[in-house]
Amino acid sequence: MSVMALDVEKIRKDFPILDIKMNGKPLVYLDSAATSQKPKKVIAAISKFYKRYNANIHRGVYQISVKATEEYEKSKKKVASFINSESFEEIVYTRNTTESINVVALGWGEQNIRKGDHILISEMEHHSNIIPWQILAKKKGAVLDYIKVDRKTAHLDEASIEDQLAKSPKLVSIAQCSNVLGTINDVKRIAGQAHKMGALVLADAAQSVPHMPVDVRDLDVDFFAFSGHKMLGPTGIGVLYAKRILLEQMPPVFGGGDMIRSVDFLDFTPNELPWKFEAGTSNIEGGIGLGVAIDYLKKYRMADIRKHETEITKYALERLGNANINVFGPDIKDTDSRTGVISFEVPGVHPHDVAAILDSEGVAIRAGHHCAMPLVVNVLGKTAVSRMSFYLYNNQNDIDVAIGALDKVRDKFRHSRG
Amino acid sequence: MDIYAEEIISHYEHPHNKGRLDSSSASFHELNPLCGDEITIYLKIEKGAVADVKFDGEGCAISIGSASMLTDELKGMKISDIEKMGVKNVVELLGIDPGPARLKCATLSLKATQKALQTYQKDAKK
Ligand SMILES: Cc1ncc(COP(=O)(O)O)c(C=O)c1O
Repeated sequence: MSVMALDVEKIRKDFPILDIKMNGKPLVYLDSAATSQKPKKVIAAISKFYKRYNANIHRGVYQISVKATEEYEKSKKKVASFINSESFEEIVYTRNTTESINVVALGWGEQNIRKGDHILISEMEHHSNIIPWQILAKKKGAVLDYIKVDRKTAHLDEASIEDQLAKSPKLVSIAQCSNVLGTINDVKRIAGQAHKMGALVLADAAQSVPHMPVDVRDLDVDFFAFSGHKMLGPTGIGVLYAKRILLEQMPPVFGGGDMIRSVDFLDFTPNELPWKFEAGTSNIEGGIGLGVAIDYLKKYRMADIRKHETEITKYALERLGNANINVFGPDIKDTDSRTGVISFEVPGVHPHDVAAILDSEGVAIRAGHHCAMPLVVNVLGKTAVSRMSFYLYNNQNDIDVAIGALDKVRDKFRHSRG
Repeated sequence: MDIYAEEIISHYEHPHNKGRLDSSSASFHELNPLCGDEITIYLKIEKGAVADVKFDGEGCAISIGSASMLTDELKGMKISDIEKMGVKNVVELLGIDPGPARLKCATLSLKATQKALQTYQKDAKK
């Protein structure tokens, strides 16, 4: 293998959980697509907040409240610069990707979608980018359309994109990276095509922002959703980016404290951006922790993280191929459009059993429909698949241990075959 | 403890009583929505006992293996005894403790059986 783009051994020391044992074996964590592990710096920042300056934000005049407010707001500026948004005013904090997408459906969707309108998503979406649109479409009498996945290449089908866009959808909402296939969709190009047809564009960036450089202005997306917990940050903090004009036009979705400027018995005036969309006491530790996670990622540079993950992915695909394991997603020659997510099956063995046997070897992988039932059941034709996914702290040894454990799976199920 | 005892894997790869029962007195389709495992149990009941039983479905070694072993056990059993069965009986039957993560798989077929019996009893009362 070529020279590592990252000093992974140094990085590994920053993640305390990598020292634990699972079932008596060193933990090999291959489920970062579900949630990432957290570096010491993030854990320490959250702990420091509670130990040194815990106070509510935006209301206290005393020193620690001012400090908490500053740190929280600073984190938004870090998020804005990380995705190259124009201002922190375009950064709305939510609980996660799912909530971000729901805020768009409930705010923008409620205001703009009418009977007979089309909403366009794809066959490779996570449930969180399907259900909010199903609910909205049902409520409004709108039509939900799907871009087909090319069964051979695991990419969005070009002809299907054209056909569906010809219906002039109001909104196109697609994943930048699939959490099952690993496919990277060309959001920039699709956004260009969609805008020409008068649609707005939402990108579900849950699996892209943590793993590669992103630039919302270059992509020219209107809405952009991702989760802190998948990018080294804590759980319970997510991001909705939206172009300023859209946030100005959108009505607030949740009402309560902090999202208002003034209230009387009859009515209210909403607060300025981005607070208009954040009702009630915020997830202060979450915002602060996310900011520190971004500092950490920036230190190692997203382009290098992407390069490292591509190398690891190539290595894993080779080893899996040699072990005769069926892999889903783009071809090994196509790793440029593939993230560090590999779904696979061991012929004749149920994915649940694969995951359980790997667990007994200390290897954490996921098995199931991965919250993408239409993709797994209808496109891949499976009830479940196994999935391993990588991050900046995974090394070749992790893959070797996983492949060794997969051999054990084979051995166990070979017994009674005869 | 290794939950993949050879007996379970052998039942998974060569399941007993797999298929449908055309003349069943009761049947029930049970789903484990978390992992997509599904099992349908078909029961033929005569004189308050199981005269025949089959199951159909798809799932992991633990759910299919336990369905195969359970259906062997059910033949000839009285309804009232089946209704009393619980996790403990399944663990005894399998000879392993599946642990909390896999308990749902191990008990899927028992649940389907008991729900089939519930509908059978309800229909009988009508
Ligand atoms: C592509 C994609 N979209 C959305 C989500 C939902 O993320 P969250 O559960 O953090 O809202 C996930 C996470 O599993 C994902 O992989």
